[in-house]
Amino acid sequence: MFKDIEHLIRLAVVMLIALIVFIVVRAHVVPRSFGQYGHYRGAALGEIASRPVALAGHEACETCHSDVADLKKQGKHVVVACEACHGAAANHADDPGSIKPAKLDTAILCARCHEANSAKPRGFPQVVTADHANGVACDTCHQPHRPKIDLQPETKGTKK
Amino acid sequence: MKITRRHLLVLMPAAAVAWKFVLAGTPEASPNYQLTEHWWAMLMDLTKCIGCGSCVRACAQENDVPDGYYRTWVERYHVTDWKIERPQVESPDGAKQGFPANELSDGKNFFVPKLCNHCADSPCTQVCPVGATFISPDGVVLVDKNYCLGCRYCVQACPYGCRFINPKTMTAEKCTLCYHRITKGLTTACCEACPTGTRQLADLKNPKDPIHEFLKTHSVQILKPHMATGAKVFYNGMDGSVR
Repeated sequence: MFKDIEHLIRLAVVMLIALIVFIVVRAHVVPRSFGQYGHYRGAALGEIASRPVALAGHEACETCHSDVADLKKQGKHVVVACEACHGAAANHADDPGSIKPAKLDTAILCARCHEANSAKPRGFPQVVTADHANGVACDTCHQPHRPKIDLQPETKGTKK
Repeated sequence: MKITRRHLLVLMPAAAVAWKFVLAGTPEASPNYQLTEHWWAMLMDLTKCIGCGSCVRACAQENDVPDGYYRTWVERYHVTDWKIERPQVESPDGAKQGFPANELSDGKNFFVPKLCNHCADSPCTQVCPVGATFISPDGVVLVDKNYCLGCRYCVQACPYGCRFINPKTMTAEKCTLCYHRITKGLTTACCEACPTGTRQLADLKNPKDPIHEFLKTHSVQILKPHMATGAKVFYNGMDGSVR
């Protein structure tokens, strides 16, 4: 039927070999989990999820520091998580003996939230620190975990 | 073997159970986490944001974000009545140290925290030529840094400017919605550190999540809705001038 069918067979063989090479190379080059969930490496999810945490979370803090948690419950700072001020402390939670969180500077820390700024919501307690404290450290008067100042001192725990 | 109607009736439910098992995967690091049972989002209640930058600091500590780069940041908007279409926006050092005392007394001023919107139809994942960035089955836009070439297509494609090239690895980097935390049952670092409850992680597939009640009772917006990205960071109380 075909006069020079030999040419076509040769061509077919070459193409078949190319196809086999392509399949073999592809099987080696494409990661095994590629396409597991979609057009990406499925194993990447596990790799990203396996990163260690840096912020322990306030529940972890409260298992040991229940006294501070109780004190916070008496005031408005109950909604502020520990690590918002104290910084990431998962390494401290893992090894409480040797790793201690750094001491905090209330002059910087309190002002970050409470320095007056017209962009802050109206109801949020704000002060112009220069007028309000005149250089005196915030924690001289305010206990940071329960910042409201009692008119009668030494009523800690009795007042609601 | 001839498959009769009876065989088929028995096999179909079994196949359905088996298929569900195939579809439901778990990332290796968190064995009890079911990928198909979550659809992550975030609620941003702008009426509460005080611009303290706790989220930015927590994010940097949690994810080793290089200095000068931000996976989340806070912007301060200054909008005046006579130039409402051109608000002044600033974000000094991404608000990592909060904002300086504001001398501005006129106009409207407010804070807008930003991060990856984890779009359901994200433009950034569509342009990746190698399949290094993707939307996970639980709705988080992630980067496979071992597969990323660093070609920057995705950095340009993101309409929210949420991606950057890490100067050390030279691969694309972005907010992972703290994927290593949420798969372990923790909240994100920024939500953990937010002192006012502005940011709240939300799981849209969890019927008990308070987000459902909030979305029902509030008028929330997303950023750049005209781009049809399917953004999943919902802003409550957002001014129309926010871009």
